[in-house]
Amino acid sequence: MLSSDMTRISRRNGLILSVLGWGALLLTSACSKKEEPPSAEGSSSASVKAATQPKGEPLTLQGAGASFPAPVYSRWFREFSDQNPELRVNYQSTGSGAGVKSFLENQVDFGASDAAMTDDEIRQANGNVVMIPVTGGQVVLTYNLEGVSELKLSRDAYAGLFLGEIKRWNDARIAETNAGSKLPDTDVTIVRRSDGSGTTFVFTQHLAAISEKWSKGPGVGKSVEWPAGVGGRKNDGVAALIRQTPGAIGYVEYSFAASSKQPMAALENKAGKFIAPTLKASAAALGAVDLPADLRGWVTDPEGEGSYPIVTYTWILAKKKYDDKAKSAAIKKLLGWCLSEGQPLAEKLDYIALPEKARAKVQAAVATIE
Amino acid sequence: MAQPATKQPVSGLSEASRRSPIARPPDAWQGAFERAFRWTACGLAAGVVLLLAGVVFEVVRRAGGSMGKLGFAFLTDSVWDANGDRFGILPSIVGTLYTSALALLIGGGLGVTTAIVLSQGFLPRRAELVMKNVIELLAAIPSVVYGLWGIYVLIPALRPIADLLHEKLGFLPLFSTKLSGPGILPASLVLSIMILPTVTAIAREGMVAVPRRLAAAAYGLGATRWEVIFRVILPTARGGIFGALVLGFGRALGETMALAMLVGNTNRFGWSLLSPGNTLSALLANHFPEAGEVEVGALMCAALVLLLITLAVNALGSLIMRRARRGLTGLG
Repeated sequence: MLSSDMTRISRRNGLILSVLGWGALLLTSACSKKEEPPSAEGSSSASVKAATQPKGEPLTLQGAGASFPAPVYSRWFREFSDQNPELRVNYQSTGSGAGVKSFLENQVDFGASDAAMTDDEIRQANGNVVMIPVTGGQVVLTYNLEGVSELKLSRDAYAGLFLGEIKRWNDARIAETNAGSKLPDTDVTIVRRSDGSGTTFVFTQHLAAISEKWSKGPGVGKSVEWPAGVGGRKNDGVAALIRQTPGAIGYVEYSFAASSKQPMAALENKAGKFIAPTLKASAAALGAVDLPADLRGWVTDPEGEGSYPIVTYTWILAKKKYDDKAKSAAIKKLLGWCLSEGQPLAEKLDYIALPEKARAKVQAAVATIE
Repeated sequence: MAQPATKQPVSGLSEASRRSPIARPPDAWQGAFERAFRWTACGLAAGVVLLLAGVVFEVVRRAGGSMGKLGFAFLTDSVWDANGDRFGILPSIVGTLYTSALALLIGGGLGVTTAIVLSQGFLPRRAELVMKNVIELLAAIPSVVYGLWGIYVLIPALRPIADLLHEKLGFLPLFSTKLSGPGILPASLVLSIMILPTVTAIAREGMVAVPRRLAAAAYGLGATRWEVIFRVILPTARGGIFGALVLGFGRALGETMALAMLVGNTNRFGWSLLSPGNTLSALLANHFPEAGEVEVGALMCAALVLLLITLAVNALGSLIMRRARRGLTGLG
């Protein structure tokens, strides 16, 4: 009796095991199929899936890219879907580089990038791309110095710090602009991003614009060969390291320093004024730049007395022409919403709303999407 | 009592045995089922092998293209500059081996001693079990949590000690720089905690598996507890202990997230424990998401180097282990 029970149990277990086994096998083969690199001529066969979308279910737009504006995007897309239940937007913050890559490989309906797209990448997309600046951000220098609540850094000083030339906080190049505060005689620890990032791109682009040594040395990029310091992972990693390291200074996206109330340095702008990072000062900086026809406007060193020097637009990459009309209508609706109702929301989350004159230009570009 | 049983008719016995699943020949369903199970098992086993082969193939394929372009300088250069298309991984290779060796030194030593305490009757049995489970729980903590713990707890705690070491012993190359926060020392310390459960669990299994008779015989000859542990238990269990160390080292080589957060990610290598460094796994984790085409090729080469290092360590480990076993044949 007992033994017959046992065979029954083991038979059932075996059955479950074999079902599980085959399931796992199927799964792995399915996965490996998915991982095969997409073919180069994928662009023509794009969005087949969308064409067969059953009616009644919401149309889903897939997006991926920049992590720098990800807090704004996720908030935008959630509210947009709440107001338009027939549309759903998925956004994965994979980083700008990965966003451009998946956009080029047609894995997503729209990409997002802090560095827009390079000429080479636009060529790879056969020119079928519109770069839409939707919001802006600023990169701030945050520091950890006991007893120093206000720090003013001249262009010479902060370029020198990141070049590794200024090694101690009481260096004359820092002291001359900070007569009021008592700078400690401690070592400077530079904290920068260890992972490739749009924030690094924006920051190095600015440094290259103001310092010849920088543009000849480390140069501009999502990751560069830093002359000094230690690397932290992502914005929050850098912010955490600065908080934990006396004498540290590093760059992060504004909202990360603002939310943890870390002190931020006022920087000397092109007009020679020391400007603390605020949304107003950054909006002024963005307003100082005229967007070119392709909307790829770099704000490497903005003019204007009240402009904060390190700001940037961030772009959503959409196709000029979608094969699926429903999808192009959805994208247009989404972008239109972001440019109107989305803007005040962005400001609430510490990002910069588009200046008035830029907005009209961008809206005209959205209207050209087919 | 046994009488009635023997009196039962023979036909009844065979009736019972016919119903018994042991005596009955397998029916068609059973046979088919067993075949299906065997094929499933074989398929899965082959799947694992194929998966590994696929991973290696893909890495080699994608590394192959850039290997020629990068040349030998890839292994000896210490600049990783995606802008200038200059890629060198020497500091990462040395950093990987340096942090892992330190972790093995600290975590391995701690792990083996813990295994001795937990297997040789120093503690009451129940306390032994509780301790063992607590240590094994360390393996369940996610890598990111170790990284955060390192940033928020370990580094601030290390700072005064490191400053003192630098001040008093700064003439030694080991302490020749100031602690800049993340660096080799905090990374190695966290790594050693991470490999502790692996080392402890496997080394302890090896020690528990030593036959009781051996220890009893040694005690019978008048050996003290320490003599028994060092002359009998450890030599007999050395295969297991060594295996534990090799596995621990392997884990340290491949550990990624905690290191990417703690090692400092600086492509410069110095012998100072307090200076920042880099490791291969951290390099991969940091640069993959935003890498362009050329950089991806270079990263694949770096992945290949890491794979080869791990393979070499494992091969060396099993070689030494086989040697160690051969020495034990007399003990059987």
